[in-house]
Amino acid sequence: MTQNGNIIDLRQVCKVYDTGKVKVEALRGINLQVRRGEFMTLVGPSGSGKSTLMNILGCLDVPSEGHYHFNGEQIAGLPLNRLAEIRNEQIGFVFQNFNLLPYATALENVELPMVFKGVAAKRRRERATEVLTRVGLGDRLDHKPTELSGGQMQRCAIARALVNNPALILADEPTGNLDTASGLEIVDLFEELWKQGHTIMVITHDPNMPMRTERTLHMRDGRLENGNGQPA
Amino acid sequence: MGIGNFLKYFWADFRKQKKRATLTVTAIVWGTMSILLLLAFGQGLKEQLDKNQRGLGENIMIVWGGQTSIPFEGLPRGRRIRFRPDDVDVVGRSIPEIERIGAEYSRWGVDLVRGRTVLSEHICGEYPTYREMRAQYPDIGGRYINETDMTEKRRVIFLGYKLAEQLFPEGQPVGKTVMVAGVPFTVIGAGVDKQQMGMYGGPDVNKASIPAPTFKAMFGYEYLSNLVIQPKSDDLNKHVERRLNEVLGARLKFDPDDDQALSIWDTIEGRREMQNMMLGMQIFMGIIGGMTLLIAGIGVANIMYVVIRERTKEIGIKMALGCKPGTIHRQFLLEALLICFSGGAIGIFISLLITDLLTMIPRDPQSSMSWLGSPTISLPIGLITVAILGSIGLVSGFFPARRAAGLNPAETLRYE
Repeated sequence: MTQNGNIIDLRQVCKVYDTGKVKVEALRGINLQVRRGEFMTLVGPSGSGKSTLMNILGCLDVPSEGHYHFNGEQIAGLPLNRLAEIRNEQIGFVFQNFNLLPYATALENVELPMVFKGVAAKRRRERATEVLTRVGLGDRLDHKPTELSGGQMQRCAIARALVNNPALILADEPTGNLDTASGLEIVDLFEELWKQGHTIMVITHDPNMPMRTERTLHMRDGRLENGNGQPA
Repeated sequence: MGIGNFLKYFWADFRKQKKRATLTVTAIVWGTMSILLLLAFGQGLKEQLDKNQRGLGENIMIVWGGQTSIPFEGLPRGRRIRFRPDDVDVVGRSIPEIERIGAEYSRWGVDLVRGRTVLSEHICGEYPTYREMRAQYPDIGGRYINETDMTEKRRVIFLGYKLAEQLFPEGQPVGKTVMVAGVPFTVIGAGVDKQQMGMYGGPDVNKASIPAPTFKAMFGYEYLSNLVIQPKSDDLNKHVERRLNEVLGARLKFDPDDDQALSIWDTIEGRREMQNMMLGMQIFMGIIGGMTLLIAGIGVANIMYVVIRERTKEIGIKMALGCKPGTIHRQFLLEALLICFSGGAIGIFISLLITDLLTMIPRDPQSSMSWLGSPTISLPIGLITVAILGSIGLVSGFFPARRAAGLNPAETLRYE
C-alpha cells in the first residue's frame, strides 16, 4: 500500500549527529517522493549526506526531524524489531565492498535474509538457486567469496538483495570496487532489474550511471539541489 | 539462525584463531578441574572420615557408670553406678527403640602366650552384638563370638588384627590355640585391619575379645566396664538416652535427671557435628574452586568482547539484512555458553580420569595417605559444576552480547 502511489515519501527530513562537542547536520530539510518502479541515481560530493540519506531510506537509521513514510508505513517511532523486519522483507541493500560473509558459500550468503525471515531450508535453497541463476551465477553456487571475481561477488550481493522480493533496492557505489568491464555488467544488470519492475536507487560517482537513469538527485551540504525532490 | 549454521560459524572462527580460542577454552578446563577436584577431594575426605568413624562402630552410644550427684530415695550422692549382666537384659527388653545392646568387661596386662611369643595385652569380655555395633568384623575364614559361646562359656578368643599378626606371623590363626592367663583358648577369628577414629581403651586392632560370661568366670568381675547401645534409628538417640536414665535410674536407684549418674558417649551426635564440619569444609573448597572458574569466565567475557569487535562488520551486515537485535544477542550468548560447556566437558573428562587413577593406587588403611581417601566425583558434584559452568557462560556472554546487539548498523557499515 502506498500513499499517492509513492513508495518513498520524505517530508522535511533532518538528521543531526550530536557527539556532545560537535553537532553535525547531515541532512537539512529533505523532501523526496519516489514512485514504484523508478530508477534513480543520487550523486554529490563526499560529505554531502548521500550515505546518510541512504541509511534513512533503508531504515538503518531514523530521522531526527521530519516524516518518512516507506511503502505507506510511518517509520518514525517504530520499534527496532519492526525496522529489522522491514529491512529484511522490503529493502535490498547492495554495498560498494559487497559485504558478503567470507565463510559462507554464494548460496548460503544469498539464503541469509531468508534465514532471518524463518523460511524453511528446502524453500530457501530453491529460491536462492533461482535468483543466483537469474544473475548468472548458477554454476558458482558452492563457491566462497574468495573464489569469486569482483563482478561475481557483486552479482551475488545483488542476488541476496533480491531474494526476499523487496519493494526497494538501495545500492551504495555498487561499481566502486570493480573494473570497467565488470562495472558495465553490473550496470546492465540493474537496468534489467528495473525493466522487470523493481524500484532502484543508486548512489554513484561512476559517470556511466547517471546517463542510464531517468532521474538524478543532486545532493550538496545535506540538501537536494534543483528542487529535484519531486518525481519527474 | 539454525544450529547447523551456528556451529559452522563457531568452528570456522575457532580455526581462524586457534591459539586464542585454545587459551580461552584451556582456562575454562583448568577452572572446571579446580572446582571438580577440590569438591571431589572434599567428598573423599568426608567419606573417609565417615568410614574411620565407623571403625569404632555404627551409630552407637557407649555408656559408663558415673557417680550420683543428687540424693535419691534416701540414698546419698557420690554413689558409684555400675552395671551387671542382668541390667543389660532388662534395658534391652524395656526400651523397644534399641536395636542392639551389648556390654564388656575390660582388663589389661593379661598374658597371651603362643609358642615362644609372650604378650601382655588388653582383653575384653564382649557380647555377640559387638560384631555389628563395634565393627568387630572377622577376616575371611573366621567368625566372631556368638550366642552359644556365651551360654556355654566357651574358651574361644577373637584377636584384633595387630595381635593376630604378632601371635601368628605365618597367618591362619583360626582353630589354633593361645594361652590366656595360663588357660588354653581356641582362636575363632581375627579382626580385619581398620582405621579407627575414636576409641576408648585403645584401638581394637590391639586387643583380644572373649565371651563375656567366660571372662566373668575366669577373672571373677562382678561389674561390667560399659554398655554399648545402638538405637533403631539415628534420630532416636536423645530419646533412648532419656529412657536409659529412667530405666537404669529405677533399677540402680538414681534420679533420672541426674546427669552425672551415667556417662554417655553419643557417637551419633559426634558424627553429626563432624558432618557439619565436613560440609563447611566442602563449601569452603567449593568456593575456592568456584572462584577459580570465575576467573576463567572473566577470560571468556574478555574474549567475547574482542570477538565482537572483530565481527562488528559482520554484525552490521546481518542487521542490514534484517537480523533482529535479539537474534544477534542470542548468537553471542550461545557462543559464550558453547565455549564454557566444551571447556567444561574436557575438564570433567580429565578430572574423572584423575580421580579414577588415584583410586587405583593401593593404600594401607593405617597410613596417612589413606586420609586423602578416594576422591569421588559424585553426581551432585557433577551437576553443581555444570550449573556453575552454565551460569558463568551466561554471565560472561550476556554483556558482550548486549553490546553486539546494540550496535547501530548504519555506523558499523559507514566506514569501509
